[in-house]
Amino acid sequence: MSKRVTIDPVTRIEGHLRVDVEVDAGHVKKAWASGQMWRGVENILIGRDPRDAWAITQRICGVCTTVHAMASVRAVENALQLEIPINAQYIRNMIMLAHGIHDHIVHFYHLSALDWVDVVSALQADPGKAASLAQSLSNWNGNSKAEFTKVQDRIKGFVGTGQLGIFTNGYWGHPAMKLSPEVNLMAVAHYLQALEVQRYANKIVSILGSKSPHIQNVAVGGVANALSLESQSVLTMERLLAVKEWMIKLDDFVKNVYLIDVAAIGGFYADWTKYGRGITDYLSVPDIPLDGKGTVFALPGGYIEGGKIESHKPITSFNDKYFLDGVSEAVTHSWYNYSGGNDKSLHPYKGETTPNYTDFQDDGKYSWLKSPTFYGKPMQVGPLPRVLNMLAAGHEPTKKYATAALDLASTVAGAKVGLDALHSTIGRHAARAVGCAVQSDELMKQWDLLLANMGKGDMKTFNKPTFPKGEQMGVGFHEAPRGVLSHWVVIESGVIKNYQCVVPTTWNAAPRNEKNEPGAYEACLLGNPVADPEKPLEVLRTVHSFDPCLACAVHVVDQENNPVVTVRAV
Amino acid sequence: MRIVVLGVGNILLSDEGVGVRVVEKLEAEYIVPPEVEIIDGGTCGMEMLDQLEDLDGLIVVDCVRHGQPPATPVLLKGDQVPVFFKTKLSPHQISLSDVLASLELTDTAPKTTVIIGIQPASMSLGMELTPEVAARVPELLATTIAELKVLGITVEARS
Repeated sequence: MSKRVTIDPVTRIEGHLRVDVEVDAGHVKKAWASGQMWRGVENILIGRDPRDAWAITQRICGVCTTVHAMASVRAVENALQLEIPINAQYIRNMIMLAHGIHDHIVHFYHLSALDWVDVVSALQADPGKAASLAQSLSNWNGNSKAEFTKVQDRIKGFVGTGQLGIFTNGYWGHPAMKLSPEVNLMAVAHYLQALEVQRYANKIVSILGSKSPHIQNVAVGGVANALSLESQSVLTMERLLAVKEWMIKLDDFVKNVYLIDVAAIGGFYADWTKYGRGITDYLSVPDIPLDGKGTVFALPGGYIEGGKIESHKPITSFNDKYFLDGVSEAVTHSWYNYSGGNDKSLHPYKGETTPNYTDFQDDGKYSWLKSPTFYGKPMQVGPLPRVLNMLAAGHEPTKKYATAALDLASTVAGAKVGLDALHSTIGRHAARAVGCAVQSDELMKQWDLLLANMGKGDMKTFNKPTFPKGEQMGVGFHEAPRGVLSHWVVIESGVIKNYQCVVPTTWNAAPRNEKNEPGAYEACLLGNPVADPEKPLEVLRTVHSFDPCLACAVHVVDQENNPVVTVRAV
Repeated sequence: MRIVVLGVGNILLSDEGVGVRVVEKLEAEYIVPPEVEIIDGGTCGMEMLDQLEDLDGLIVVDCVRHGQPPATPVLLKGDQVPVFFKTKLSPHQISLSDVLASLELTDTAPKTTVIIGIQPASMSLGMELTPEVAARVPELLATTIAELKVLGITVEARS
């Protein structure tokens, strides 16, 4: 007999996601992903000044603030075909890259590592052996026996008080936890060090963005940072040097701890390269523009069909017609109505946001997320599509870090772990770490580019926008930490007429589309093992591997005192 | 001495943003001494770790569902504070509670924490507070100033 397992809410994510799976003989045979919050922010923007949209949209979410700000100004600039000064591009690029690195470090260590790492087991570890192991993998200076002993004592103190605090909801001792106590201790030590290191990324965003949380320096037409090599109270050489110092510290952690840990833990869990494949149609957009118009990019993007690298089709500019024409959204299984019928799919410029809540219907409407498609097909977006598209485009740094990660995973696993292993639950973590190392290189390059340009005497950061009469349409896309983010704006005589945000988690956590095809989470969960339906840790592993973030909505649903996991026979 | 007055909430969801509105008003109308930092935390989480570390006092202003009629203020202190973070009284407290739990783990949690809250009348989409909650903002501000006084801080009205 099968069992229906409902996880509501999925914990350690931002926002409210419900996942249902039908489990038969220890494996998932059917899955539903349901966004439990209404995202109606688009309606708030209609009738407003397009220059204010970025400040409003960055309040949608607690995690991805800067990404919405960037996509929004890009959309308005695209509608006006407004070029921005190259300095503004470099400053925005650094904010996006630092934000992305912050997001990836926090996601791996603080939001998902505990699906794989057993904190309680770390108490049994021999700190000396753990240190030798860690030193054999990396020359990071936080891998000493003294450091690991200190961490173990700290956790003992925590567990001793009976208050696990932030570790309360873990599935400690679950049979799917396979790491040795020493590997667990190493990972817990790095969890604590990551808390320290993530702040450097945040400081970079704060200085360049003038404020954190919620940056303040962005403007349609550029950035509001005044540049000067000497004068105080603006972005000075002194501040830029501090920023560089934090970049170097971040880079050390990303390359010598994060990338190594993910490859090693991936090697120990090589089994998990068999699960979570799901949708292998991969979409990413190019980012980190190197000119004012967005026609040359440091990081390539594109589309890969069926996981075949050689099928890569590039997306090459902010005006890329192939991307612009390909996106549409359906609401057949979503709690919205389209005026022209719910069996249709609408291009975002024609998008509608009219709620129609029905309750959870297995074969009908069951999510507040819409179902986006690219030329009629559901996509996977995120670090894996990003890294595969960069590899397909021949991006050398991506090749270097991907090879390093796969080689280390192969050594740990004692068997060859090839590129194909990336199409999996654990592969998404590996791709995120590879992408993060690439971003770290690029962050320092952008700093050099800004300084070189300022050295030529160019201090320009803003081109004033002017809004003509009549209608303009624009898209702003950004390869955000969780994947393709696009804002679509229609402006009429200087006022917003329509606005749609197509966010990464909508692509991945989408319900079935108008053709009844499952979204990426739903597809990736099929065949996923579940040893104990009461403790569906393995389901969480696959869902968390996408780094879900549903707060692009935060409409409150009362959930007081409800159990997180419920199981019933079907 | 380091003290933070933190306003949290989503300003796109009417009363949900009341915490942000109160700290904006505090900043606009009063001069606070340098040891006090006023933060508009919005809906943010881990990004605030740095700013909330090793504090002598943390005052959180937030929309709190505490089972009372709409626009009823509440002040949570001492033993009630952990309860606030364990039960789901506020829609975004998951991320703030993660930040505070992380600070506990690294032994850098605030020495004292108080929560100044108010029962929302509406959390529907909109950038304005409801009139009922807006009418109580001066009172929430006065409570914030009184709690600063408990910590030995006097603020000065801007002229």
